[in-house]
Amino acid sequence: VERHLRADHPVVASGRTRFGKRLAPYVLTAPGGLWLLIFFLIPMGAMLVLALETPVQTTGFKSLGYQFTWHFGEFGTAFNLYHTQLFRSLNYATVVTIVTLVVGYPVAYWIAFYGGRRKTTYLFLLLLPFFVSFVIRSLAWQFILSDDGFVLRTLRAWHLLPSNFAILSTSTAVIAGIAYNALPFMILPLYVSLEKIDRSVVEAAKDLYANRRDVFLKVILPLSVPGIFAGFLLTFVPAVGDYVNAEILGGTGTTMIGNVIQFEFLQAQDYPLASALSFILMVGLLVGILIYGRALGTRQIEEYV
Amino acid sequence: MSNEANGGASIDPALLRGLTQRRLSRRDLLRYAGTGAGTAGLAAFLAACGVKTSTPKAGASAQVGSHEWWSKQKQTGVLNFANWPYYIDTKKGKHPTLDAFTEQTGIQVNYRPVINDNAAFFAKIKPFLQQGKPTGWDIIVITNGPQLSELIDNNWLIKLDLSLLPNFTANASPLVKDPAYDPNNTYTVTWQSGFTGIGYAPEAVRALGRAPNSINDLWDPRLKGHVGMMSDNTELGSIGLLKLGIEPSTSTPDDWNKAADVLKQQKDAGVVRGYFDQSYINKLENRDTWISQAWSGDIYIANASGYPELKFLVPNEGVMVWHDNMMIPALAQHPKDAITYMNYAYDPSVAAKLADYINYVTPVPAAKEIVLKQLKDPTVANSPLVFPDAAMDQNAHQYYTFKGQQDLTQWNDIFEPIIQS
Repeated sequence: VERHLRADHPVVASGRTRFGKRLAPYVLTAPGGLWLLIFFLIPMGAMLVLALETPVQTTGFKSLGYQFTWHFGEFGTAFNLYHTQLFRSLNYATVVTIVTLVVGYPVAYWIAFYGGRRKTTYLFLLLLPFFVSFVIRSLAWQFILSDDGFVLRTLRAWHLLPSNFAILSTSTAVIAGIAYNALPFMILPLYVSLEKIDRSVVEAAKDLYANRRDVFLKVILPLSVPGIFAGFLLTFVPAVGDYVNAEILGGTGTTMIGNVIQFEFLQAQDYPLASALSFILMVGLLVGILIYGRALGTRQIEEYV
Repeated sequence: MSNEANGGASIDPALLRGLTQRRLSRRDLLRYAGTGAGTAGLAAFLAACGVKTSTPKAGASAQVGSHEWWSKQKQTGVLNFANWPYYIDTKKGKHPTLDAFTEQTGIQVNYRPVINDNAAFFAKIKPFLQQGKPTGWDIIVITNGPQLSELIDNNWLIKLDLSLLPNFTANASPLVKDPAYDPNNTYTVTWQSGFTGIGYAPEAVRALGRAPNSINDLWDPRLKGHVGMMSDNTELGSIGLLKLGIEPSTSTPDDWNKAADVLKQQKDAGVVRGYFDQSYINKLENRDTWISQAWSGDIYIANASGYPELKFLVPNEGVMVWHDNMMIPALAQHPKDAITYMNYAYDPSVAAKLADYINYVTPVPAAKEIVLKQLKDPTVANSPLVFPDAAMDQNAHQYYTFKGQQDLTQWNDIFEPIIQS
C-alpha cells in the first residue's frame, strides 16, 4: 500500500488529501485494533490488576472483596507452586506441534497436489469428525482406549501387549489427545499455503534439473513456511492452554497449567493466583511467539505471501 | 450388627437403593465443558472485579430472621426453589409431593433443578448477594462446605425460626440436628444426606485374594495402577485422615500434613491411577480402576445400568457423611412460603415419598415405617444407606468445617498439590 501512495506521487499533491491518505491505513486497521483492544489488551490489563490485588483480611468467610496492593509477590507464589505444570504444558504443546506437523504436512501436500477435483471433499472429510463437540470425542477416546476396552483387550489377547499395559492416564495419552484435536488446525493453513504455490515454479525447478528432493526442499518447503508458521500458532497456543484432554485422558503427573488455573479460579476461587498464572502464561507465549516470528523472519513470510 | 461386621462386609447391591443419582447430576459434565466453566468463571470474575472493597450490602440486618420479623411475614403464594437434578419425586414430568403442597397451602412452586455444582452455582448468585440484590430464589440447596460457610459468615442467608418448623423439631434425625457447620440449625435444615466410601470391581478381589475391607486396601501394591481417588480435595484429605484413624471434623493442620504424606506415598508408589471427578465411576465401570473412592449412589446406578458386579464398601475405618441443606438466601422475596415448604418436607409421609424416590439418607427416620407399610418398598426401608442403623451412624464421620478463608487456603495448599501433580 505504502509503495503506491508515496507523497511525491502526483495524485496526492494537495495537503489535505495527503493527510487523509496518511490517515487511511490507521482508519482501515481501526476495527482490528479495536478488536485487539477490547478482547485482548483490556482483559490482559484486568488480569494484571486482579493479580496484584489481595483479599481484604477478615475473619471467617466474610468477604470484603479485594484491595489493589501492588502485590507482585503473587507472581512468585504462582510460579513456585505450579512451575512444573507450566513447563509441562509448554513441553506437551511442543511435542503436539511437531507431531501434527509431521502427520499433517504429507496430508496437506497430498490434498493440495494430488487432490484433483475432490480437494473439497477431502477437506470436508478431514473436518467431518470435528462437527462433534471435542469433549464428546475425547470421552470417546477414553472409552476406546480404556484398559479393558476393545483395542487393548484385543491386543492383549494376541499377546502383543504386556498384561499391565495402559495408555490412559499417561502423558502419551494426553499428548495424543491434544494432537488429534489440533490436527485440522495444522493441516488447513498448510493446505492453503501449498495450494497457493504456483505450479509453474515447480515445473521451472524441474526444467532446471532439480531432482524431486531438491524441488521439495528448495522450492515447495520454503514456499510453505507461512503455512507452517500459521499452523504452529493455531496448534501450539491452544495446546498450551488445553485442560480438557489432561482432565479426560490424563492421570497422575499429567496435569497441565490450564487445569491448575481452572481449579484456582472456579474451585478455590483464588482469583489473584489464577490471574497471575494466566498472565505468566500469556506473557510467556507472547514473548515466545515474537522470538519465533523473528527467527522465521516475518518479512520473509510476507514476501512469500 | 457389630461395628466390624458391618464395616468389613460389602453391601449387597440390592440394598444399594441408597444414594442414587446424586453425583451423576451433580459433578456432571459441566466441569468438562469449557462453556460451562467459562460462564461460571465469568460470573466469578465479575464478582471478583465488580465489587471491590465495599462491605456487602445484602447482609440481612439484625432483626431480619428474628421471631418478630418472621411473625410479620405473609404468605405470597409463590415459591422459587433451586435444587439439584433428579433430587425430588418425579412422575410423568410432575412432582407429586409439590402438587400436594400446592393443594394444601395454595403456594405455587417454581421448582428448577439448576444446581450442578456447589462452587459454580455459588459463583452465579454471589454477585447478586454482594450487591444487595435478591437472587431470585427462595430456597436453595447447598452441601455443607466452604460455600455454605461463606454464605453464613457473610450474612447472606435468612435465619430460620424453628417455631415455624414444628415438623423439623419433632421428626428430624439427631444426625442433622445442630450440625457443626450450622449450630442450632440457625440457617439451614437438611434436604438429604449421603455417604462417601469405597467402590470396587471383582478384579480387586482377585488381585487381593479376598474382598477389600479397609481404606488400607487403596494403598495395596497389588492394586498398583488401578486405584482411583477423588479430585475433590475435601474428599481426598478426609479419606487420608480416616486411614490414619484421625477424626476429620476435629483434625488440625498437623493432621492434614500427616494425611498428605500418606497420600503422597500412595501416589509416588504408582498405586494411584488418577484423581477423578465424577468420571471415577466410568473408570471403575471400564476397569481402568479396580477400586476407588466412591459415592454409593453411583454404584447403585452402575448396578442398575449394566455393571451389577460393582460393589460398595463401608470400610472398617468408616465413611464420610455429607448433607445437602435447604436455606433461604438473603432478600428472598417469599420467605414465609419457603419456610412453610421446609416444614412440609419434614412431614414423615412427605419425607417417605421423597426417600422412596430419591433413595438418599432421609433426615426423617420416621419415614421408614411409612415406606415399609404404606409404600410397601421393603428394599428401601431396610437399606442401611437410606435409613442408617446405629452401626452405620457410628461409622459415619463428619467433614472438617472450615473456620475461614485462611483455614481453607491452608487445606487447599496441603492437599491440592497432590491432585494437581
